Amino acid sequence: MKCKVCKQHAVVDVRRHNAGFCRDHFITHIHNQVARTIKEFKMFEPDDRILVAVSGGKDSLALWDILLDLGYDATGFYLGLGIGGYSDRSQAAAVAYADARGAKLIVRSLAEEHGYTVPELSKLTKRVPCSGCGLNKRYEFNRAALEEGFEVLVTGHNLDDEVATLFGNVLHWNTDMLGRQAPVLEERIVGGTTSLVRKTKPLVRIAERESAAYALLKGIDYIVEECPLVEGNTQHRYKEAITLLEEASPGTKQQMYFGFLKRASSKFEGDAERAGLVACADCGASTMQPETGEPRCSFCRTKALALKRKHPEEA
Amino acid sequence: MKVKLRNPDRVVEVTGPTTVQSLLAELQIVPEAVLVIRDATLLTRDEALTESDELEVRPVLSGGSGGSSKT
Repeated sequence: MKCKVCKQHAVVDVRRHNAGFCRDHFITHIHNQVARTIKEFKMFEPDDRILVAVSGGKDSLALWDILLDLGYDATGFYLGLGIGGYSDRSQAAAVAYADARGAKLIVRSLAEEHGYTVPELSKLTKRVPCSGCGLNKRYEFNRAALEEGFEVLVTGHNLDDEVATLFGNVLHWNTDMLGRQAPVLEERIVGGTTSLVRKTKPLVRIAERESAAYALLKGIDYIVEECPLVEGNTQHRYKEAITLLEEASPGTKQQMYFGFLKRASSKFEGDAERAGLVACADCGASTMQPETGEPRCSFCRTKALALKRKHPEEA
Repeated sequence: MKVKLRNPDRVVEVTGPTTVQSLLAELQIVPEAVLVIRDATLLTRDEALTESDELEVRPVLSGGSGGSSKT
């Protein structure tokens, strides 16, 4: 296979574009795709301070690398989840990348910030690990961005992530979630202060295989091993199913996601907006107005439950 | 040829010569779900492989919490 640009030997085939690329032209292709996405969805401006949520995995490190290559002011944020050696190795990958690139990385951990790890949280609350992990990551990413004064938070969600989420939301007809699924989630102001920082996903045009190829070809030493708690994860099963469809019919993922954004997402906006938001009585984060009592966000409720069970003598 | 597979890490022996496409078919691996690596660079599906090659087949699909919490 030849590179579609220079006709030299290709190292990556991108079947949905019916194209092969050599190393240098593949990297340029990815840069162009991400730059186009940032511009098309008005994700951020060149002088914005950007916080990149990094896990040590391929997508977040590739995203950070692309934003730095494109000249953005991008700082990394790593959250230690306390998942044994896996967390140690993923943090080492994030730190090594930051050091090699001379980029600023903010490191926090759930244990130091809140007194529990993801495995502990799962046991204490009897929730599946991915559920508590996701809740805590969303909360901590947003908190870090607000506390450190960033205009925008970016995450490494790729095309496969978005299609798998869309697939799940359609399977279960989560219409409020369909109304919120977008490459840009605007800032939310509750009670006169910003409770949710603007959040964007610059990799939505990049397939998971492409972000992995980018990381490898750029020499980014990302953590290849999978989280030990992820086995049987629903999102992963959806991805496997969608990948079979993509293999049989290249372009399926792109058609599903960008077709949804173009033709369907606006039909669900009303479902997402119906929920009135108020400030959490404990932390001030935005949350749903309860029918009775003081409003408390799901993070604060979960944390309170976990710490009450961890330290029953203090309850 | 020696083929390193991941998660969990193990090595399998496959008889060459062959191509990337045929190798993945023999291992019952969906090509869209992996990268095939030789000497720190990537191989396309039509690439020829020899008996002396040492390869890595690296999965690319990650799981996790999905939704809006991914890093």
